[in-house]
Amino acid sequence: MSTTATAAVPKPKLKTSAMIASFADPGQKTAPAPFGHALVKAAQENDKIVGLTADLGKYTDMHIFAQAFPERFFQMGMAEQLLFGAAAGLAETGLIPFASTYSVFAARRAYDFLCLDSAEPNLNVNIVGGLPGLTTGYGPSHQATEDMAIFRGMPNLTIVDPCDSIDIEQAVPQLAASEGPTYLRLLRGNVPTVLDEYGYTFELGKAKVLRGGNDVVFISSGLMTMRALQAAKALAEHNVDVAVVHTPTIKPFDAATVLAEINTDRLAVTLENHSVIGGLFETVASAVVTAGLGKRVVPVALPDQFLDAGALPTLHDRYGLTVQKIMAKVLAELK
Amino acid sequence: MTTTKEAQLTATLETPSAPTNERVGSVSAAAYRIRHHALNMGEVQGQGYVGQALGAADMLATVYSDQLNYRAEDPEWEARDRFLLSTGHYAIGHYAALAEAGIVPISELETYGSDDSRLPMSGMSTYTPGMEISGGSLGHGLTIAVGMALGLRYQGSDARIYNFLSDGELDEGSTWEAAMGAHHHQLGNLTAMVDINALQADGKTDTVLRTEPVTEKWESFGWYTQRVDGNDVGALLAAFDNAAAQAAAVGRPSVILCDTKVGRGVTLLEEREKAHFMRIEEHEWQTCREQLTAGYEGKASA
Repeated sequence: MSTTATAAVPKPKLKTSAMIASFADPGQKTAPAPFGHALVKAAQENDKIVGLTADLGKYTDMHIFAQAFPERFFQMGMAEQLLFGAAAGLAETGLIPFASTYSVFAARRAYDFLCLDSAEPNLNVNIVGGLPGLTTGYGPSHQATEDMAIFRGMPNLTIVDPCDSIDIEQAVPQLAASEGPTYLRLLRGNVPTVLDEYGYTFELGKAKVLRGGNDVVFISSGLMTMRALQAAKALAEHNVDVAVVHTPTIKPFDAATVLAEINTDRLAVTLENHSVIGGLFETVASAVVTAGLGKRVVPVALPDQFLDAGALPTLHDRYGLTVQKIMAKVLAELK
Repeated sequence: MTTTKEAQLTATLETPSAPTNERVGSVSAAAYRIRHHALNMGEVQGQGYVGQALGAADMLATVYSDQLNYRAEDPEWEARDRFLLSTGHYAIGHYAALAEAGIVPISELETYGSDDSRLPMSGMSTYTPGMEISGGSLGHGLTIAVGMALGLRYQGSDARIYNFLSDGELDEGSTWEAAMGAHHHQLGNLTAMVDINALQADGKTDTVLRTEPVTEKWESFGWYTQRVDGNDVGALLAAFDNAAAQAAAVGRPSVILCDTKVGRGVTLLEEREKAHFMRIEEHEWQTCREQLTAGYEGKASA
């Protein structure tokens, strides 16, 4: 680690740990700020929609909405308790707020305000959390690796973990239309467009089978559905036939669709951009046990630990979220 | 800031329009009935936040019988002023005020804190008509009030928002986030009323976490700040009148800091060692009521 000791040696080119690193692959089709544009579109059709942020408008794509509807945008400053208390107050007056900050601050810092001010009275407050799971190299202060674990225990809260720009564009108006509070694990900036190839539409509360396969079934959410699809294609070259089931709504969970896919002889693997504690894996596991299925489920998830800081590709590889690591795990399981 | 305007506001504060004896009498009578209701509710439970209810009764009576724009038969009336009880444990006093306002039947008050009652020990919007928010996790009310004030103003409503909080809630950082937010957004339709009874769960406020100087804090946050004896109905009315006079869709939020006495109106409780959760023996409730009535009638006839 010491730079002085290696001063004489030519330095290798360093990978940087950008705050908001893109997880899009080089050359991949992307859409700019899908959340911001979707919110503007929804707001054009519904004048009750308003937006708030806690000094993170530019970093949660809320700035698109703020520019389009300055009179319907409220900057709350770096004050997350105020952000979500005020969001509840706005909802009490009949408006439909979308309130954005980073997932770590929503889940860890403002939980009490979300729980009692929005969830208990079941208000239509829509929480938009940036940097979910491992989507930044800044380390534990910014990596919301346990946000779903925290939020799943909150009654009335709907949790959505979108895969791509299609998911986000289609989810926003449905979140606005649904009763009660919601939490969206935001992907921002240039977000990959993936699901358009699969004849897919987002339906709140529904899991969708994106592709069939005879040997393995992937149950995935969030950006890991993109990786699951890529891994499925790559595994085909190893003569492994993989089905992919995308479950963007984590709560309420579409157990019927998922269990029908799991209750087969295929290897069942969950894939999530979240801690192995309290996220998709445990959601699936509890559904399996509740249904009385004696079925093994293999998790691809982040470890139960505070993750390193570093470059995102390095970290995704280190913690097993890359296509290569997924393939290796599946092939090892099938041996 | 607009110093001229602030100078005018200060001038208004120095020359409050004196409330008429009729108004003072009417509010005092309402406060007496609120206290009486609170004692009756406390007796059924054998416990409760009676001390706080007695202390805050004059504030509650001023709001509900003199200031608040509401329809008793339609608590959800869209154009109503909003009264937010941030201190959920003051619900006993708030229920008494809601009964006084005709929103909750007086006959229902005896169910306070009982199974399946609409009147739980800690106030919740999901249980009780006229209860705007679920308070109790302290430091929430003013943040919600900021959102309501923004939302109502955006929708063109001229309704006002009153948030009732306690001096203990000044410990909470969120209260000050909201205080900054209300000033930043110039929420002139928002009034905070702070019950300064100088008592918290673990003891006197100045031994738990010093909040003074309270007046200077609110002033420095840009609020139109008044501090009054919260058990002096005439002073309360003047302060609320001042706040109403400068209320506007866009303007300074206002705060009325009310110094109150826990157990006010019942000598036995005023003199008892102050506690967050005051113990009153079974045989003492009737004495409390008699002292309350004697004190009120003595004052009313004076």
